[in-house]
Amino acid sequence: MASRDNKNRIEKTIVTILLVLGGFLVSIPFLWMILSAFKPESEVLAFPPTIFPENPTIENFVHLFTKLDFGIYFMNTVIIVFASFVGLLFNAMAGYGFAKYSFKGRDKLFFLVLATMMIPGQVTMIPVYLLLNEVGLTNTMVGIILPGLAVAFSIFLFRQFMTTVPDDLIEAARLDGAGEFYIFFRLIIPVAKPIFAVQGILTFIAGWNSFIWPLIIASDDSLYTLSVGLSLLQGQYASNFALQMAGAAFMVIPIIIIFSFFQKYIVEGFTMSGIK
Amino acid sequence: MNRLSGKPINKFPYLFIAPAVILLVIFFIIPIIIAFGVSFTDMDLKGLANFSNVSFVGLENYTDLFSDEKFLKSIYNTAFYVVIGVPLVIISSLSVALMLNYGSNWLFRTFRGVYYMPSITNIVAIAVIWGYLYNTDYGLLNYILSLISIDKIPWLQEPTIAKISLIILAVWKGIGINMIIFLAALQGIPKSYYEAAEMDGANRIQILFNVTLPLLRYATFFVTVTTLIGWMQFFEEPFVMTDGGPLNGTLSVALFIYKEGFQFSEFGYAAAASFVLFIMIIIVTLVQFKFSKSEADY
Repeated sequence: MASRDNKNRIEKTIVTILLVLGGFLVSIPFLWMILSAFKPESEVLAFPPTIFPENPTIENFVHLFTKLDFGIYFMNTVIIVFASFVGLLFNAMAGYGFAKYSFKGRDKLFFLVLATMMIPGQVTMIPVYLLLNEVGLTNTMVGIILPGLAVAFSIFLFRQFMTTVPDDLIEAARLDGAGEFYIFFRLIIPVAKPIFAVQGILTFIAGWNSFIWPLIIASDDSLYTLSVGLSLLQGQYASNFALQMAGAAFMVIPIIIIFSFFQKYIVEGFTMSGIK
Repeated sequence: MNRLSGKPINKFPYLFIAPAVILLVIFFIIPIIIAFGVSFTDMDLKGLANFSNVSFVGLENYTDLFSDEKFLKSIYNTAFYVVIGVPLVIISSLSVALMLNYGSNWLFRTFRGVYYMPSITNIVAIAVIWGYLYNTDYGLLNYILSLISIDKIPWLQEPTIAKISLIILAVWKGIGINMIIFLAALQGIPKSYYEAAEMDGANRIQILFNVTLPLLRYATFFVTVTTLIGWMQFFEEPFVMTDGGPLNGTLSVALFIYKEGFQFSEFGYAAAASFVLFIMIIIVTLVQFKFSKSEADY
């Protein structure tokens, strides 16, 4: 027995070392981004490169907000994130509707929802642009937000979770005279907190990162998101890597912070929703 | 309450699903019908301004596509990405998940986060950071290589190397989400299976191949299908890193569609290309489902 324990310990040590090495390799881009973001413009082009900034500065970050419009891009991004939470509520409602009611056409409609998952974004991009152009919504915030509100995958996950909520719970509330929407908002939402946590994070990430659609629809830079702003920066300040790294850090760090608070819910949520 | 049908409710389910379903119909179902229609026309900017400028051209867009060298090249590149990228993503995310499943202390939890991080990172930020790492003259990668006396590599300047560079980046980004799915599946395997195998005297390797991997079949199938579909639509990496260059060496089908549609405003032509992509994805997905069914037979 002792030799087997020993063998296990050696094995675990090897796995741990491999994990740490791999993790370090995976993190190099992030480390390099953060270190370079604090270097002055001249230092990022030094060869051989310095690892740690010799004259650390926050000037790059100041530059983003004073000389560039990152404040506006930030506000637009926040608006998109908030709007996508309204979409999250719609998806949850739909998931609940599909899971807990039987009604005419349910299975056909649900199949329709699933079918939309298989349509590549590039197929719908052009017609959605034509549609929005027809109703005059190109270059508006509404046009940026609307197409992303309903997400089939999200409806699917909500439905998977809602099916596990006991019917008796809902029946009991109905007998007490609660209305259907009251039941959903006061009973189901609290019960479904774990799945809301997962989807909330995913929705936040998707909204915060939204790039290609705002780029297509917005022609005014007052409607640009942080991603679009950052891609402009890459074009205009091609050789100022310090400034680019500061912009990237500003986009990436909030996500990392939020994610590290909530990451355990993501694994649990995926385990729960039965994708295995 | 509707006494006639005996059911207590009937309008509520529709009220619950209406907002999401209506949005999906407007932004997915109707567009795909429009795309199909537009793909038989010569719709461009003039057509966008006034529909009388649009005329029906039958299958011309489709026949043009298959004699368009750029389009054929984009198909070749996409196949290159898929053939190399998909197995790489699956093998690396599975290996990371297997290693992370070894323990559950803070170290393993932290590294779970580390490996997941790239997949939640904004693609533009990634392009900016990797563009700097890949820079031929000032990049960190070439500097590290110079330390071991390897000549500068033109990471993004030579068509084939540029494709590989994009694959490295996309694999780095793709590990996270798939690893989480594998990890969720691994945690769902009952401990008793392992104990039984150990009692039978199976060693680690035997357990891996005879117990763990077969039980991960569904997760592997899910990951393979979604990864494959994702890589067939490979778009953002070449779009932000190379814009399809050098010499269209990194141009993917999805990027071809975007460029024809939104840079050259050839909506009809782009819509036809998007349908070709759609059909390719459907075929590949169906083949996989077929394949997985025959595999489950034994």
